[in-house]
Amino acid sequence: MSGRQLLLMDGIHKRFGPLIVSAGVTLDIEENEIHALLGENGAGKTVLMSILCGVLSPDEGQIIFKGQALKPGSPRQAIKHRIGMVHQHFMLVPNLTVAENYVLGQGSPFSVIRDMKTVHARIVELSDRYGLGVKPDALISDLSVGEQQRVEILKVLYHGVELLILDEPTAVLTPQETDRLLHLLRRLVEDGKTVIFISHKLDEVIRVSDRVSVMRDAKVVRTVKTSETNARELARMMVGRDVLMDLPRAPIEPGRVVLSVEHLNCDGESGLPALHGVSFQVRANEIVGIAGVSGNGQSELALALTGLLPIASGSVTLEGAELVGRSSHDINQMPIAHIPEDRHRMGIVLPLPLTENVILQRFDKPPFSSRGMLDMSEITRQTRDLMRRFQVKASGPGDRIQNLSGGNQQKLVVGRELDRRFDFLLINQLTRGIDIGATELVMHKILEQRSAGKAILLISTELEELFTLCDRILVMYEGRLVGEMPPDRGRLEEIGLLMAGKSPMSAA
Amino acid sequence: MANSESGQPLAVAPQAYGALWRGLLRPLRTVAQPAAAVALALACGAALLAFNGYDARAVIDVMVLGVFQDTRSIAEILLKATPLILIGVGLCVAFRCSIWNIGAEGQFYAGAAAATAIGVSFNGLGAWLYVPLVMLAGALAGAAWAAIAGLLKIYFRASEIVTTIMLNYIALIMTSYLVTGPLRDAAAAYPQSARLVQEAWMPRILPPTRLHIGILVALVLAVVMYVFLFRSARGYALRVVGISPDAARYAGISVPRNIMISICLSGSMAGLAGAFEIAGVTRRLFQSISPGYGFEGIAVALLANNNPIGAIFSGLLFAVLRSGSELMQITAQIPQVLVLVIQGIVILSVVGFAVLRIPSLRPSE
Repeated sequence: MSGRQLLLMDGIHKRFGPLIVSAGVTLDIEENEIHALLGENGAGKTVLMSILCGVLSPDEGQIIFKGQALKPGSPRQAIKHRIGMVHQHFMLVPNLTVAENYVLGQGSPFSVIRDMKTVHARIVELSDRYGLGVKPDALISDLSVGEQQRVEILKVLYHGVELLILDEPTAVLTPQETDRLLHLLRRLVEDGKTVIFISHKLDEVIRVSDRVSVMRDAKVVRTVKTSETNARELARMMVGRDVLMDLPRAPIEPGRVVLSVEHLNCDGESGLPALHGVSFQVRANEIVGIAGVSGNGQSELALALTGLLPIASGSVTLEGAELVGRSSHDINQMPIAHIPEDRHRMGIVLPLPLTENVILQRFDKPPFSSRGMLDMSEITRQTRDLMRRFQVKASGPGDRIQNLSGGNQQKLVVGRELDRRFDFLLINQLTRGIDIGATELVMHKILEQRSAGKAILLISTELEELFTLCDRILVMYEGRLVGEMPPDRGRLEEIGLLMAGKSPMSAA
Repeated sequence: MANSESGQPLAVAPQAYGALWRGLLRPLRTVAQPAAAVALALACGAALLAFNGYDARAVIDVMVLGVFQDTRSIAEILLKATPLILIGVGLCVAFRCSIWNIGAEGQFYAGAAAATAIGVSFNGLGAWLYVPLVMLAGALAGAAWAAIAGLLKIYFRASEIVTTIMLNYIALIMTSYLVTGPLRDAAAAYPQSARLVQEAWMPRILPPTRLHIGILVALVLAVVMYVFLFRSARGYALRVVGISPDAARYAGISVPRNIMISICLSGSMAGLAGAFEIAGVTRRLFQSISPGYGFEGIAVALLANNNPIGAIFSGLLFAVLRSGSELMQITAQIPQVLVLVIQGIVILSVVGFAVLRIPSLRPSE
């Protein structure tokens, strides 16, 4: 760390429609440091870095690199100033070799591809220097995820970057590969490079970074020297937020076991194991929370419980009936309701009107249809009724749902699910990206269901949401349940440490 | 007081006007884009004619007058519109499910071949039985031909765009084989099948013109498919799969099943169009039985924004253009190449406007 400023992002503002993704962020990076950008999903880390790379252009604010203002929204400028980014999703052409990927897009489209031998030689030289083990003639599709990442890192080095940005680089790596990566980052800094390391994992940030900027709600909360802070403090900065409200929770004793999950193992969509021997129960009149940094198996758990992801082994019983082996269609007929994580991708069909979103799972059942035909007047009537009960603001039941705000969309999804006949309610992210009014309303509705004797599983990355609603909180880390906590705000730091894969005892 | 009283109507009025405007604008917008596409294409065509030294004005006069000259010429338009509407309506169903079936041409050939095979084989069945039988044979063969692409997509993730195009060639070659081999009429000089048994011929509805019941069937099916897509539970599931397969899976809607339903429905419509062409117009199977109806049907569906009712009108429009371009060739002595260029401009412009309008056709980020 030289103490000399390399980069200053000053007062960066960015909105996507009504959504503010960067609220006047100021970030300074010194030459020759590893600067960690720490924050929960949706805090605005990736957006900020996309602005730096010129992929997005800010509404306000300026970027000063080495004392020179960068033209905003120009990837070409960023490349010229030797700023390079390794994205979370790799930008490699799978059916080309490593070397072919490196020369891709270089030079003018009409120039002849340069001598491939020199390209090969440079790749080998760089790979040896940093111990990356990258072979220039290997086909990308033959490489593992970890290898592909090293190919990506070497690609930006090959292009001679000075400022290297890595977006959640450890999300796809095994612990051993992570060690190797962190080691490599230190080597790069010794060689005079500067690194911005985006992460939400506390221990990695503490191990590798010189300074940390914590982001929350589209702002940089604070920038600190890593040596002058600790995991507890960072956890508080990252997840701690003002208490929105305190909702009255009737003291009810949990009743019979409704959902029972035993030794659940399951592979993620990438084929890697995502859940390891997960066991828990949810009782009637009970809200069980699953806390965790996103990407630790929560999505897979929700998909597995609803038949959308095949279960490798274990058992899931709902009111005594086994769910493993049933299709999502069959599970949809059982007493289960599901508020999905990704509203836009799963929960609603954006170009369709409200009416046709309300009937999504029950379109072929009375009262919505009879003898195979949709009963449009009944559907419209029910949609109006749901809009009234859940305060969904729209110009009418025929309005396309994509015209609604996130909060109103979510209110419709919650209303639709609560109108189904169910004993077990699965929620994955109840209040993500919605305003306070909508948050309050849906929380009230969920608590009503608890009083009505339903069993509820709430998966959330928002600890405040879990504290407000849950009777107990299970913490998930890397596909395992690593602890159970009471919903006690005083134990926030302990939960934060569990979420980061640390045991609260040893971190003290 | 006065202010607060007048405040309420003022606050309400803009909303009411807004609703009124939207109500008026929506149908207007639906028609505006296809109309603009056609106008642009015709303007380009006229400019092209003028540039090549033809009197564009006179050519257009000849076209318009000739196309709507008499009952016969109108019947000929409806005759050409029949396969275009049928294929277009079928493709509306496929495209609504995001199944990009480019194989209507091949499915048309499959239907034509099956209709011929059935139509030359029996005697004494009676028209009441024979005509529906020929139609059924065409529809089933078209559906079966399309089903191959559907199965390849479901089991091997093969893009239906590629497989349906490949199946077009196979269908063409198989037709060539049939009319030079098993179905060949030994008495004919050219490779063609024997004539269909007369009881299998489509009844004519406007003698002495060639217009047959196919146009009525096409109109009825367009309405049926509209109701299916937008009013039935099955059609709803099919549209959800087309817009968001993830939402469909979440809702327990089977994606493969709807892929098969949509591709087979569109295939059966194309196959039916093939059967009508054989049993209603040519009475025989020969090698190039379709003048590209299967491809033009794609433009028919896109111009109609994948709405089966709209496909009636876009099908009629393309039939008019087709008749007009024939007249251009015959009456106005315009070389066929130029006519083809103008047809191409129409289709390009139509598809170009459709890409602007349909988000799922836009290149993704």
